[in-house]
Amino acid sequence: MSGHDEAVPAVLEAAGIGKTFPGVKALDGVRVDLRAGEVHALLGENGAGKSTLVRILAGIQPPDTGTMRLGGEPYAPKDAAAAMKAGVQVVHQELNLLPNLTVAENLFFQRLPRRYGLVDRRTLNRRAQDLLDEVGLDVRPHTKVERLGIAQMQLLEIARTLWQDCRVLVMDEPTATLTSRETERLFEVIRRVTARGTAVLYISHHLEEVFEIGDRMTVFRNGRHVVTKNLADTDTAEVIRLMVGRDLAQEYPPYVSRPPGDELLRAEDLHPRGGSPVSFALHAGEVVGVAGLVGSGRTETVRALFGADHHDGGHVYVKGRRVRIRTPRDAVRHGISLLTEDRKGQGLVLDMPVAANVTLAATGKVSRGGLLKRGEEDAYAHRAVERLGIRTPGIRTAVRTLSGGNQQKVVLGRWLLAGTDVLVVDEPTRGIDVGARYEIHQQLTDLASAGKALLVVSSDLPELMGICDRILVFSRGRIAGEVAREDFDNSRILALAYSGYVTQTPVADPVPGPAAEPTPGPDPVADPTPDPDPAPVPALDPVPDTPTDVPTKNGETSS
Amino acid sequence: MTTPAPTKEAAPAPAGERRTARQLSRQVMGEAGIGIALLALVLIFTLAAPKFATSDNLTNIATEITLNTMLAVGMTFVILVGGIDLSVGSVMALSGVVAGEVLTSTSLSTPVAVLLTVLIAAAVGMACGFVNGFVSERWRVPSFIVTLGMLNVARGAALEYTDAKTLYDFPPGFSHFGTSTLLGIPSLFWIALVMAVIGHLVLTRTVFGRLVFAIGANEEAVRLSGHRTSIIKVAVFVIAGFAVGIAAVTYMARLNIASPTIGSGYELSAIAAVVIGGASLSGGKGSMIGTLLGACLLGVLTNGLLLMGVSDFQRQMITGVVIMVAVVVDHYRGKLAARMPQKAAAG
Repeated sequence: MSGHDEAVPAVLEAAGIGKTFPGVKALDGVRVDLRAGEVHALLGENGAGKSTLVRILAGIQPPDTGTMRLGGEPYAPKDAAAAMKAGVQVVHQELNLLPNLTVAENLFFQRLPRRYGLVDRRTLNRRAQDLLDEVGLDVRPHTKVERLGIAQMQLLEIARTLWQDCRVLVMDEPTATLTSRETERLFEVIRRVTARGTAVLYISHHLEEVFEIGDRMTVFRNGRHVVTKNLADTDTAEVIRLMVGRDLAQEYPPYVSRPPGDELLRAEDLHPRGGSPVSFALHAGEVVGVAGLVGSGRTETVRALFGADHHDGGHVYVKGRRVRIRTPRDAVRHGISLLTEDRKGQGLVLDMPVAANVTLAATGKVSRGGLLKRGEEDAYAHRAVERLGIRTPGIRTAVRTLSGGNQQKVVLGRWLLAGTDVLVVDEPTRGIDVGARYEIHQQLTDLASAGKALLVVSSDLPELMGICDRILVFSRGRIAGEVAREDFDNSRILALAYSGYVTQTPVADPVPGPAAEPTPGPDPVADPTPDPDPAPVPALDPVPDTPTDVPTKNGETSS
Repeated sequence: MTTPAPTKEAAPAPAGERRTARQLSRQVMGEAGIGIALLALVLIFTLAAPKFATSDNLTNIATEITLNTMLAVGMTFVILVGGIDLSVGSVMALSGVVAGEVLTSTSLSTPVAVLLTVLIAAAVGMACGFVNGFVSERWRVPSFIVTLGMLNVARGAALEYTDAKTLYDFPPGFSHFGTSTLLGIPSLFWIALVMAVIGHLVLTRTVFGRLVFAIGANEEAVRLSGHRTSIIKVAVFVIAGFAVGIAAVTYMARLNIASPTIGSGYELSAIAAVVIGGASLSGGKGSMIGTLLGACLLGVLTNGLLLMGVSDFQRQMITGVVIMVAVVVDHYRGKLAARMPQKAAAG
């Protein structure tokens, strides 16, 4: 990559772009230029102004100052439709799909093929199939979108832009919900698109990805343009320094070896509905990682442990005592907490103040006989803000206005106040920028040092390897193996993660014993088990004996 | 304030001017906005209809809005969790006739009989509310449908129970209370006010109220924080039923009858009052003060137009327009609120 000649003309040029919201200068004269066929990474912390620029490019908001040129012509879209028509396609961070319509209808929603004034279904489905093949998405055109997993929806969202005239493709955090394998597939699509001369503006917090797919980068900081340069001429450390504006030692706090304490929690044959039984134990002072592909049963298992979803049997022991956990209320009473991956949808009450969110799981502590004690609530909230370093104008500020990292700290503060000993954390830093990520990792590590037990689910392997004492690797609903810290190794963990999908033993009981080492492919990522893949899209249905209902109600189970 | 944080006004105002200005504009758009609209309306009618601003007429208005205020107080709880109760009018009729039957047939002394009447009316209302809440929670049926069913069931039951006859001949002391005043304000309206005040305190000062708002805004977050959301969601319907029971007795006390045909359409007026008061039908947003102002606004509007000689039909049309305007204003308020965090997030 980065073999681009300086002389390649810019497809899209934006210069001097400024945007001010009352009281806040979101963008202060930034510039960016996209060349035909390049992948241009736009980097910066949350609040750096990336999303504002995306909204301006997409025609959602006009800039206050500055000019944009598309293919040499002045470009000033008056709305999103105008931008699309001009050839600027945007894949937004949040999904914009219509869940009740089919895959094909969603793909061609703007221009459904018509015949005699009616929708021509045959043409529609045929064209949709072509597009789905192109992005390598293995779903049928007439499937309802609500039945898809999040990762599939994300790919669908991308496929949707491909049939349209696409001179510039803007992708805002496209891989946030994708596993490494799906990300690979996405990259193939991006390479195909750029080969046609489309310029891609790629926004991501994942620097490894950026270096893999990107040609050039532009860094914003606090609404200002910092630098534009070839990615080949820089490295992760420099990029982070440019984004944060200071040296940041690393993404992960130094690992401190902690002697594991007493067993705090043990699950025996815990059987999430639609999954397989799993067993594991957590000890005080431990950070245990849970790795696996999307749909490998990670989230299902931790949600079953917490009583968030129904489960089909199994025993849970808290500090050696057997307990029944059927609802989240049971879990909380036994000192187990769950920080969901979907903070906004399932964790926070966004329009409520920081204080109310912090005390939500400990209302008993801030009330007497059902009456709220304002003073005590405020005191607890202040303490949480102080202890966790939550950056907020005040404890009465609605959490909606906080950044992702600070929102995550609010949820963390809630569970600390509730006094839980076992914290189950699903995707602790998804969508959180680099600086805040370090802080979250530090907090989690500190909690373990303070004697809590942590179970951390993450799709981000480096994250797990950075903070965990050991990692349980899920594959196809089972724990395919456990890797201790001294044995941490990317390919080894990935090999385990794929093991359940590679060895096709449908009827015979495969149960790989813990630490069994099944078929370590040489490079598991680039080893996508060609066509007769037993489970082409893991998000679909990893378990052969549950025919229908796996992809779920909250559209969330798939990760 | 329409935010769930009841004491937001009392915030330490750390970030200076900008925040204060934002709070102010929120307030203007929130309850204060309704208050201003109400004042404007009062001013207009005072100028346009000479009889409007007389103490007799104000007493009239208070009497007129008593029932709707009571029903709207209960409805506020239901709407805050994201539900709706369409059955209040019918249940009011049912509570009234069951309690009225007791009141006319009992040989107890008046005070005891009245107490019994109140208890029975409240019990009938709460039982219907419980059924509404339980069915919609247990089988995950939208409350719109369940309460639509209850609307028919309760109406039919009231007619069946009385054989479609109107009950009258209540003890004189009972109806006397219905027309009495205290400090120039009808006693029954005092009761409505007390209900609103208690409702306000419950919403703003108790864990229950906190959870009502939180469930309306994000039920899953509340559930995953270890709360039994179902119990609270059933409870709000029981509260609405209680308010209906009290409203039923109020109706009896004022008009000295209990009829199985009363209350039709009352649910819509109650919902209108809550929505004009700034509540969101999707839950999580609203306030008891807003509801009270909303009920007043509707009452003032009806009364003022009447005094101005506007015909019944035209009055209905105007009331409808006002409700629509309220919803549109609410829409812009929502947009404003949605934009504010963005500004802050950008910084």
